[in-house]
Amino acid sequence: MSELAQLNMVEAINQGLGQLLEEDSQALLMGEDIGANGGVFRATAGLQQRFGEDRVIDTPLSEAGFVGAAIGMCLVGLHPVVEIQFDAFVYPAFEQLISQAGRFRWRTRGKYGLPLVIRIPYGGGTRAPELHSDSPETLFSHMPGLRVVVPSDPLSAGEMLLAAAKYGDPVIFLEPKRMYRRGRQPVPAKFPDGDLDHALVRRPGDDLTLVAYGAMIEVVEGAADRLQDEGISARVLDLRCIYPLDRESLLNAAEETGRVLVVHEAARHCGVGAEVAALLQEEAADVLLAPTLRVTGMDMPFPLAQNEDDALPSVERVLAAAHTMLEY
Amino acid sequence: MLGLAETEMVAALRKWPREVALDLFQAMARLRTFDERAVILQRQGRIGTYPTFYGEEAVQAASVKALQSRDWLFPTYRQTAVVTLRGCPALVPLLMWRGHPGGWHDVMDYRVAPVCVPVATNLPHAVGAAWGAKLRHEDLVALGYGGDGSTSAGDFHEACNLAAVVQAPVIFLITNNQWAISTPLSKQTRVRRVADKGAAYGIPAIRVDAFDVFACYQAVGEAAARGRAGEGPTLIEAIGYRLGPHGTADEPSLYRDLELDRLWDPMEPLRRTQAGLVRAGVAEEAELDQIRADAGAELRDIGDAIEAEPPVTVEEIAGTVHRETPWGLLPDGLREPSWRAGGGDQG
Repeated sequence: MSELAQLNMVEAINQGLGQLLEEDSQALLMGEDIGANGGVFRATAGLQQRFGEDRVIDTPLSEAGFVGAAIGMCLVGLHPVVEIQFDAFVYPAFEQLISQAGRFRWRTRGKYGLPLVIRIPYGGGTRAPELHSDSPETLFSHMPGLRVVVPSDPLSAGEMLLAAAKYGDPVIFLEPKRMYRRGRQPVPAKFPDGDLDHALVRRPGDDLTLVAYGAMIEVVEGAADRLQDEGISARVLDLRCIYPLDRESLLNAAEETGRVLVVHEAARHCGVGAEVAALLQEEAADVLLAPTLRVTGMDMPFPLAQNEDDALPSVERVLAAAHTMLEY
Repeated sequence: MLGLAETEMVAALRKWPREVALDLFQAMARLRTFDERAVILQRQGRIGTYPTFYGEEAVQAASVKALQSRDWLFPTYRQTAVVTLRGCPALVPLLMWRGHPGGWHDVMDYRVAPVCVPVATNLPHAVGAAWGAKLRHEDLVALGYGGDGSTSAGDFHEACNLAAVVQAPVIFLITNNQWAISTPLSKQTRVRRVADKGAAYGIPAIRVDAFDVFACYQAVGEAAARGRAGEGPTLIEAIGYRLGPHGTADEPSLYRDLELDRLWDPMEPLRRTQAGLVRAGVAEEAELDQIRADAGAELRDIGDAIEAEPPVTVEEIAGTVHRETPWGLLPDGLREPSWRAGGGDQG
């Protein structure tokens, strides 16, 4: 813990993957263009040179095939970490993940799990082509047997990645690609084990809670700054775990701030915001001072570059919703 | 034509050691007994819908017997009894068809993966197990089962391609029974031979008579030897005919001429193998009858046994989905809102 390097998120993930390959002889990485090329986002840069072609494996263009193969690898004792090149490219592997991976422990009556991590760079705001900006977290959290997590900064990315690799059940590890190179943070040369259970209070506050995750943390932090200028104290709760949700942190937010606003870039319908709002309605209706509102992406294909900022939650949209709730 | 085949079979039979022949016959007899009993249990209402494998005993028995116990098997719904040839009690797969969670066998004990219902989804798993073993320098092969219909599914093609690229020691055992429920082979593919699909991926293919247990045994053995020698995957097309319905809920008269079933039925492998073994002088009729009778012994009271299996509560099942069970998995009626429970924690 002595040396601290200033790393951005993609560098922290690279360091975490290297640490994993060093510490666990059964761990391996697989995906498209992750070897000599180091991955299209360079998350695996240099790792094939360090660990060889049998541990950092370039696969054919075949998401269902190599995600399915990773399931088989787990049966013979390996611990595969699979990179999906872009969010929407995971859809061909959806059947393998929901009909197979997520059901494995259940099919063994709880006895055996699959030590499988699926890394997915996800989300909008990078001016990418169609189907390179999706937010698929709800799909995976709705289907049984998968853990779904989203880090929002370099340190949590490294810690949660190592925790996911050691967890023993399939983990969908969503990396907000917009944050890959957004900022640097001091991180230790060796990541301590993180956890996959807890949301994190990024900023304390008493008047309302802004719940977000991934790249939306930056947006709600911006909104919290502006609210602070108005004399309003906004708590920022970084959800981090989409499934299961950190129920206690959400109920605490309801109890202690009375107002909970949820922000995500995924579509609104049946999104994480809906689940949070339902949880608060069922379990905290008596302490809420205002209905829970949602600021989300739109129920349509994620727009092409020219319109993506219109669809993504912005500081202004978050502020407007926050004011509505405060004036209720 | 059948007469000639019988003659060839008798000649071929003399090549095999008696113990191999009897072991294969016994395995087929056990599979047949399981299948017959399962159909009866379904008719009695003691298990649910059941996909019979009548006529596929030869290829299934050979697939298990030609491999070592360390090799992995990846079944679909039509191979739920192969795990019994690895030592699992027949009670277990029958409980699966009864819809009881006791039907999930121990995958590590038997090295038989959980049954995959959507066809071809099991094939990438077989590739991964074989490939993973190769990366770990372990001497084992994996075998994935499929039918002619499964070779139209994307996962079959992705599995074949990946296996070939990484030279995984995997065997794709495709039983071409010429029907996928009501869809005949001619509406499934334009290739004349399913084995031809191997060529697209650079995978050698073997075509074999699915009703000939010795031919199947030899084919799987050759494929396994190739895999162990580092020569990569093999596609086996075992050509047969689905002698029965797709399952107990299926009515073949709706879509095919039952005269075809009658014409194909003499190929039924257990009777045929027994006749061949007697004619080749490998065994006496009475000895083989005894093997068949003994194979049924385990199943004599199986109907009572599956009914005696204690029920499992839905709460127990919910506790088997995750390593650590998340909050909120209880059925809605059992969930107590915190404001009613005085803020206490719920399950």
